Amino acid sequence: MKRRLSARTTKEAGLTRTVEERRLSAAFGAQKRWASAPAGPEGPLFHSTASTCAVDTAIAQFLRICLAATLVTLAASLAAAQDLPRFRWENFTTASGLPDNHVFCVLVDGNRIWAGTENGLGLYENGAWRIFRPADGLAHQAVLSLALDKRTGDIWAGTMGGLSRISAGRIDTFTQLNSGLSNDVVYGVGVQGDFIWTATAAGASRLNIRTGQWDLFNNRNTPMYEIWTYSVSPAEDKVYYAVWGGGVLEYDVKTEHWKDYNDPDGETELVLMKDQGLIHEITTSVSYVDKILWVATYFGASRYDGRYWHNFLQKDSGLPSDFLNQVKGVDANRAWFSTDKGLAYYDGTNWAVYRPALGTHKPEMLVRDASGKVKSVAVQTAPAHNYILGVDFQGDDLWVATAKGLSHGIRQKDAGRTARVLNPNVVDVKQVTDKK
Amino acid sequence: MQACSTIRARTWLGARITAILAAALIGIAAQPAPKQAPAIRERYLSPIEMTFSSDGRLLYVVCEGSDEVRVVDVQSGKVENSIPVGHVPRGIAISPDGRQLYITNAWSDSVSVIDTTSLKVVETLPAGFEPAGVVADRSGTALYVANRLSGDVSVIDLRTGQEIKRLLAGRGVSYLAISPDGKQVYCTHIYPNPGAHRTPPNSEITVIDAARQIVVERKPLHNVAGVFHVALSADGRLGVVAQLRPKNLIPLAHVEHGWVFGDSLTLFGEDVGEPVQIPLDELDRYYALPWGVAIAPDKSKIFLTTAGAESVTVIDVSRLLKTVRTRRSPAGRSARATPFVNDLSASADYVVARIPVGHNPRGVVLSPDGKRLYVANRLDDDIAVIDTTSAQVVSTMGLGGPKTADALRRGERLFYTADFAFQGGFGCSNCHLDATIDGLQWDLEPDGFGKDIVDNRSLEDLAGTEPFKWNGGNPDMPTECGPRTEKFFYRSQSFTPQELTDLVTFVYSLPYRPNRYRLANGQLTAAQERGKAIFERTKTKNGMAIPEDSQCSYCHSGPKYTNQRQIDVGTGKLTDRSPVIDVPQLPNVAYSAPYLHDGSARSLEEIWTVFNPKDTHGVTNDLTKDELNDLIEYLKTL
Repeated sequence: MKRRLSARTTKEAGLTRTVEERRLSAAFGAQKRWASAPAGPEGPLFHSTASTCAVDTAIAQFLRICLAATLVTLAASLAAAQDLPRFRWENFTTASGLPDNHVFCVLVDGNRIWAGTENGLGLYENGAWRIFRPADGLAHQAVLSLALDKRTGDIWAGTMGGLSRISAGRIDTFTQLNSGLSNDVVYGVGVQGDFIWTATAAGASRLNIRTGQWDLFNNRNTPMYEIWTYSVSPAEDKVYYAVWGGGVLEYDVKTEHWKDYNDPDGETELVLMKDQGLIHEITTSVSYVDKILWVATYFGASRYDGRYWHNFLQKDSGLPSDFLNQVKGVDANRAWFSTDKGLAYYDGTNWAVYRPALGTHKPEMLVRDASGKVKSVAVQTAPAHNYILGVDFQGDDLWVATAKGLSHGIRQKDAGRTARVLNPNVVDVKQVTDKK
Repeated sequence: MQACSTIRARTWLGARITAILAAALIGIAAQPAPKQAPAIRERYLSPIEMTFSSDGRLLYVVCEGSDEVRVVDVQSGKVENSIPVGHVPRGIAISPDGRQLYITNAWSDSVSVIDTTSLKVVETLPAGFEPAGVVADRSGTALYVANRLSGDVSVIDLRTGQEIKRLLAGRGVSYLAISPDGKQVYCTHIYPNPGAHRTPPNSEITVIDAARQIVVERKPLHNVAGVFHVALSADGRLGVVAQLRPKNLIPLAHVEHGWVFGDSLTLFGEDVGEPVQIPLDELDRYYALPWGVAIAPDKSKIFLTTAGAESVTVIDVSRLLKTVRTRRSPAGRSARATPFVNDLSASADYVVARIPVGHNPRGVVLSPDGKRLYVANRLDDDIAVIDTTSAQVVSTMGLGGPKTADALRRGERLFYTADFAFQGGFGCSNCHLDATIDGLQWDLEPDGFGKDIVDNRSLEDLAGTEPFKWNGGNPDMPTECGPRTEKFFYRSQSFTPQELTDLVTFVYSLPYRPNRYRLANGQLTAAQERGKAIFERTKTKNGMAIPEDSQCSYCHSGPKYTNQRQIDVGTGKLTDRSPVIDVPQLPNVAYSAPYLHDGSARSLEEIWTVFNPKDTHGVTNDLTKDELNDLIEYLKTL
């Protein structure tokens, strides 16, 4: 609704714009840029008396339309900001059975919640925790990443000491010594059909689970110039890697070719060419969903649609920090950002931040609309800590890995609109109602 | 005087004649039996598995040796038809509506679909490496196939003929059974799951949820290596698996009292609660290689083929369950905490009959009414028919194979029987399951306890790989299989020279199994080509010459990748009397983990990442991880 409104107003304004530009403008309050009539160095373009009157009228009409569009968009944005998801947070620590409070990652598998921590892999099921450690066959107690093979139900755990597959309670471990795994420090893992992709400290590995063949990808056979791969996001058509200090790598499944994406500003913290490419080389996480690539870095975030980049910085977005540990896309327009100063949600226009307040540690939820206006929403609970390491979805709920525990965000349902915000598979009740 | 001289002359002549005769006899006795008999290649059928038609009128028999399914009229006992299928068929299942048979072709990596009306193969489905057991789900839309060499279960959508996923099972998964309600598929496997070196073997019963088509449980089988058929009672409350409990962690010093193998069952299900292992052997007699399992429709009896003991064991279920309840601790702890499974007196409580049948009995099925038991005598090419009431063989149905047993067949029978071991404890095929490996390491000979631990090796394509034994101590196969076997294994009678010849003939006949790692056209992939170059290299990456005896292709040369010499490559352990190792052959090395003479390398990688710190087993420490992976990809193609 919001997006269709934006398109209609711009059409009425008589401007020819690409779909992308319209969307971005609506999303980031850039309508101010085109709300002003373009003026050359001489001033307005038309000067004859008769035509001046006509021009004046046209300009006035144009300005009224633009103002109306701005007000409508602003109102819509503000309304949308009101509908950002709200949660009641329940936090798990070692006191409640979590293996360790430092939680690196979380994975939802139906009613089972897997938490990768610094001291063990936890499985929360039926209200109880079960812990797996090296004594149970786990590669290492520090579990950095998790992935689910939806076809088989097997869990793949990337650890500091290798890769483990947990299958109905049996754990098989692959290390750089007993298998073709490139390195034991497995920061990221993803499942793509019969392939298990890993991001390790010494490049990328791919295991064919049918044949047992390992393929390694590093500086010798890809464009990567840094081999410290930090995150992987595989899909049917593409596989993306976050290369810490080396940008983003893209693997085309069909052509089997690699391509890299780098910060056009080079390896500096300056942003000289905003939206011209990846925001920074030190990438920590990638999330490829609906043909959109989301990238988290230590210096901001990026969104790439295959042609255009858009970058997010704390100073011009709702990100509470530029230091990002993870990004997880919901769909082409929405994503969750795990930062060192809170958990951020972006719905394509507005932002929400969930955290214990930095100074007071009291539960805090901040919302930022398209105009940049930030307001606080009264909440009673917050995630366990503001240092967020990862998230995963469980229907409308959220599970969050933090430095001081695991948090379960239980969605507080308001109107039907917001039911759709988190999980693209949940039907927008209001849309259905409107259509009826 | 003349009489005395005559007597002396006769005596002398007699002595001479006796001496000559004795010399002749000694000479004849000293003549070795021919090392191999001429291999007269009869095409034996080797029936291995069976299933009934829906109406119970026909018995479909999978014939592993002749690549076909024979259709037998149960009433007349005659073969009505034979249907060619793929290579080395091993498993069979019938669709719920009885219209289709599914035959797994172990060496074609496929499933033949037979229309039971036309008795023709109508479709061929893909499977994994060396498919064996197969079951169809109750809806007739999904097929589960156990892939022995890939260690997984293929789930095939029968509507599309496409494999939709693979489920991780136990190593060497081979046998499947579906619960009567169709909700679960149970899988067993013949090699133990990988574990740490010289630790007790562990296996599992893999349980698949048929609705979700995922593995939901793995029932642990401790101290078990070698699990064969699995069966469920008609009410679904009792599950039975046939299994081996090897005593491979202790020296093979005693063969009595079950100190080599324990033939046993695991029972699971509601009737027993937590799974329990029970012994099958007796104090002074063993029933080697329990293989096929059938449970009477009324759950009164369990029938087992014992493939090494040429017999069928019959168990009274009510007595069995009573024994289980009685022998468990009052607290109801599992048999894992009790020595029940090692108590060789226990079987007397529930075994009610041991019925002699033919050679190497494998698959077993009950007639729908439970009155007749049909046993596939794999090495007799016939089916024994047993009356389940009298526990007697009442007839034998010939399948039409050759009437006589040639050297290969005789040798094969010797390979699979446990008759030669003391009290029938075990035979060659106890360790060389289906002539392959058992995935275990043994302390075989009385050379000092804990000395010379050896890994089991496959027997395929051995001609030209002499000498044998891990240190090359046996110059030829007759030595390997002959008196050594009697002295260090069987502790009983040895083979006669003819029997030894037949056995050797059979072992040498074991062919090279299909290699799954080369491209279909036999060529190598790019990674394999790179690996080949590494295998054949003569210089290190910085250009230094590699000493000839440190080059891979020096020791691993020739058609079987062995130069048949003995060499110290630095892999000897403190427990080895000598570090000198016979260079092993490498064909199908990918199938025979673990590695090195003592099985200490769990994977091919570990041969070099763990056990080659000084480049004594080939120069590999200058390789990158990529290059080592390439080398391994090449080795897998051998």
